[in-house]
Amino acid sequence: MTIQENIVKAGAAPGSLLKNGLTLNDNRNRILKKTTDSGYYGGLTELKFKESDPIGFERIFSKLRAGLVNSREVAKKIAASPIVEQEGELCFTLYNVAGDCICTSTGIIIHVGTMGAAIKYMIQNNWEDNPGISPGDMFTNNDCQIGNVHPCDIMTIVPIFHDGNLIGWVGGVTHVIDVGAVGPGSMSNGQIQRFGDGIQITCRKTGINDTPMRDWLHESQRNVRTPKYWILDEKTRIAGCHMIRDIVEETVVEEGIEAYETFAMEVIEDGRRGLISRIKAMTIPGKYNTVAFVDVPYTHEDVHVPSPFAKVDTIMHAPCTITIKSNATWRLDFEGCSRWGWHTYNANPVAFTSGIWVMMTQTLVPTERINDGARYATEFRMPKGTWTNPDDRRTAHSDAWHFLVSSWSSLWRALSRSYFGRGYLEEVNAGNSNPCNWLQGGGINQEEEIHAVNSFETAACGTGACAVKDGLNHAAAIWNPEGDMGDIEIWELAEPLLYMGRKIKTNTGGYGKYRGGLGFETLRMVWGSADWTMFFMGNGYMNSDWGLMGGYPSATGYRFEAHKTGLLDRIKEGQSLPLGEDRDPDNPDYENHLGPDAIVKRDKQCITTEAIYENGDLYLNYLRGGPGFGDPLDRKIEEVREDLNENFVLPEYAVKVYGVVISQDSEGDWTVDEAKTIARRMAIRKERIARAVPTRKWMEEERGRIMDKKASVQVQQMFASSFFLSEDFLGKFKSFWDLPDDWELKEESLGIPMFGAKHHMDLSELPDVHPVVFCEE
Amino acid sequence: MSTYTKKQVKDLVDGDLDWDTLHKMLSMPKDIERYSNYVSVLQDQVSWDDKIIIPVGPHLYIVETVKDKELVTKCRCGHGFGDYTLNWKLNALVYIRDSEEKMNQVYPKLMAPDTDWQVYREYYCPTCGTMHDVEVPTPWYPVMHDFEPDIKTFFDWVGLPAPVNA
Repeated sequence: MTIQENIVKAGAAPGSLLKNGLTLNDNRNRILKKTTDSGYYGGLTELKFKESDPIGFERIFSKLRAGLVNSREVAKKIAASPIVEQEGELCFTLYNVAGDCICTSTGIIIHVGTMGAAIKYMIQNNWEDNPGISPGDMFTNNDCQIGNVHPCDIMTIVPIFHDGNLIGWVGGVTHVIDVGAVGPGSMSNGQIQRFGDGIQITCRKTGINDTPMRDWLHESQRNVRTPKYWILDEKTRIAGCHMIRDIVEETVVEEGIEAYETFAMEVIEDGRRGLISRIKAMTIPGKYNTVAFVDVPYTHEDVHVPSPFAKVDTIMHAPCTITIKSNATWRLDFEGCSRWGWHTYNANPVAFTSGIWVMMTQTLVPTERINDGARYATEFRMPKGTWTNPDDRRTAHSDAWHFLVSSWSSLWRALSRSYFGRGYLEEVNAGNSNPCNWLQGGGINQEEEIHAVNSFETAACGTGACAVKDGLNHAAAIWNPEGDMGDIEIWELAEPLLYMGRKIKTNTGGYGKYRGGLGFETLRMVWGSADWTMFFMGNGYMNSDWGLMGGYPSATGYRFEAHKTGLLDRIKEGQSLPLGEDRDPDNPDYENHLGPDAIVKRDKQCITTEAIYENGDLYLNYLRGGPGFGDPLDRKIEEVREDLNENFVLPEYAVKVYGVVISQDSEGDWTVDEAKTIARRMAIRKERIARAVPTRKWMEEERGRIMDKKASVQVQQMFASSFFLSEDFLGKFKSFWDLPDDWELKEESLGIPMFGAKHHMDLSELPDVHPVVFCEE
Repeated sequence: MSTYTKKQVKDLVDGDLDWDTLHKMLSMPKDIERYSNYVSVLQDQVSWDDKIIIPVGPHLYIVETVKDKELVTKCRCGHGFGDYTLNWKLNALVYIRDSEEKMNQVYPKLMAPDTDWQVYREYYCPTCGTMHDVEVPTPWYPVMHDFEPDIKTFFDWVGLPAPVNA
């Protein structure tokens, strides 16, 4: 992390905020230096408070943690947005004076460090001097170039004082329903730059004396489509922050300021040690190489973007090398990633250094004591210029999760190899689904109001298979551990979209000895809107998960939308309707219940931009399944029978993939012939051997295709962009394929626009801006 | 710290463990002796005498050979894939699903990747035909060397003597 020692005007009011007389920046630098020099947070080689008074230490932790959780539960009842109230997309976090997280609430734990990044930005850029930091202040941030994951996560940050001295900060974040981007909805696409990504607030002072400022209220509310939700979301954040501030103040009175401030440092070192302890208890040291991809299909006619240079098909490339060291710390190195792009899926380092803990608390560190200590036990490397760390201040981030969840899917596999090797089979997870589709859109809703929607049904996708059991069906999303698809009735209140059906999506879980959890689909009919648009957002041409140890990846997504459906007439006439029974896209059924003039789009183009929807039009929200574990031929016969009878798998694929010999009785129930299945599975193993080739022989053929440059443009663009950014990745590629020294692949040779590849301008080039650096770059 | 019997660990391996115990395994601190119990259970399930060091798949293991104490990757059927530091996949059989027709053997047409973007690579044991791994990369992607364990340090962590050639 950067130590920014020379700031113009730094220390204009030295000692005015901190008891020790240091500026906030000097104080933070001192902590960082002690950490770097000693290897322990703040130089704390001993946890004197914790060791001498463990009950007192735990009492403070419990009080603060319970206060954070309780404040979250109370505050979320203020919100009207189903994203916050139904899905729990909010989080409160307590920080010490340096902006390092002490503890966080339940909820979207990605924000363990995002608001800390904003606090550090204020510290490093001398907010202490201007605009000043005083009791009763409120600051608002959603700037992704400071640390936010995507602009719809709006943060309210409140400083906490005691006897006139700053003793910490509390931050609250809610995922708002709209930020006034070009595309309606909180994670929209269509825009390709920051300048279309919605309202951008850079740690702005938005309140004094515990009161939001009127200019802020007027300005912010008219810059979004959904002010009603925006207003209540802000009240939610402020109420939560103030409740937590009260709890801190009470704690200081009860425990003493010295105990509190000591605790606020030791608990982070304790968190650092906690991760190390868990790594040593759970994993196998060594090197894990993994990779993930996801599609960005922008040449399609249904993707409308404002700039011609964005009309290219590209692929997100996310290789990661995890090194678990002998001292039980670890390093996550994303060398080789592809370049950022002209879309809304770019991320930034804090999305990893903070965001990744929302995943790790579901596996490696399932503890309530997650704080910035874990980050201090982790080395992150996000090469500058890649999608993980853009070197251009124009980048858009609205749906950074499209890339993040895809790339993190591979981390499950790496960790699971450790768990599997040690026998902790119960912890194995083949990966996460790419939790999508994101149903979004806007216009004039059924209340005759300007509106935008983002359906969070996707918070309940299928999970990856375990090494001892199937993944959970329609259960969770990596970014929201609470996992809830929300109530149909609530979504119908929030959206001018009636439910025609909500069903488990057959065949979406990756096959395996244990299959991935299944996703689900909802068929929505537009109803009561005046002017209405919607669009799709998800993976279609590619999978982001892989399956583990012989398991298959989950199914990819596809798009279904229908216009001029004639449904309103069919309803009046009592004719058949599409009600969510469309299990096999090879034999589609929805079309059988539409009028003769229906225009249907059923294809793999799962990213689109705003399209006009009339009342009676249809939109399929297909939420993905999770990947499988182990060879499908090892799946217990009884479990395949259950899959068939529960409509979890199509009979054709049960036969082909699971090798079962099946029959159906007159009641429609499936049975599996055990003896014939055992014989069939033996035969399939022989068929595999017969059709396959030795890997090294195949490599010779693939090498020929590489020499001949035989691959789609998007595949070549992905490699070319990674090669340009990483000599290391290029060198390993050439070495693996035994390519001649003069072999090269340049993006210039592909005949596609490459804006931003060579000419760019970083945020740090703006005057008087000192970005906080959280990782090796 | 929880402890579990070898029978419970065997049930875990076989997917037959009762939910209460499984839940306890998930929620309680880990039992450091799990590794010893685990490899003991697995050792009972194979027909050869080489010592299992690290399981890397349901039917794939890094083992220490009885004969000369070499560390190699080995299938449950007995097929050897070579030195454990090398990528076992390079000595496997591979089947590439790189067309719509081949993908359609696994998923309905719209639910499999477009092979202009992504392919499946299925790695089989040349002797028994077990599918040990499925890679899902773009065309051209190097074969992934998934895991390079530091066996010596690992044995130090679990408090056991390391294989002589680790």
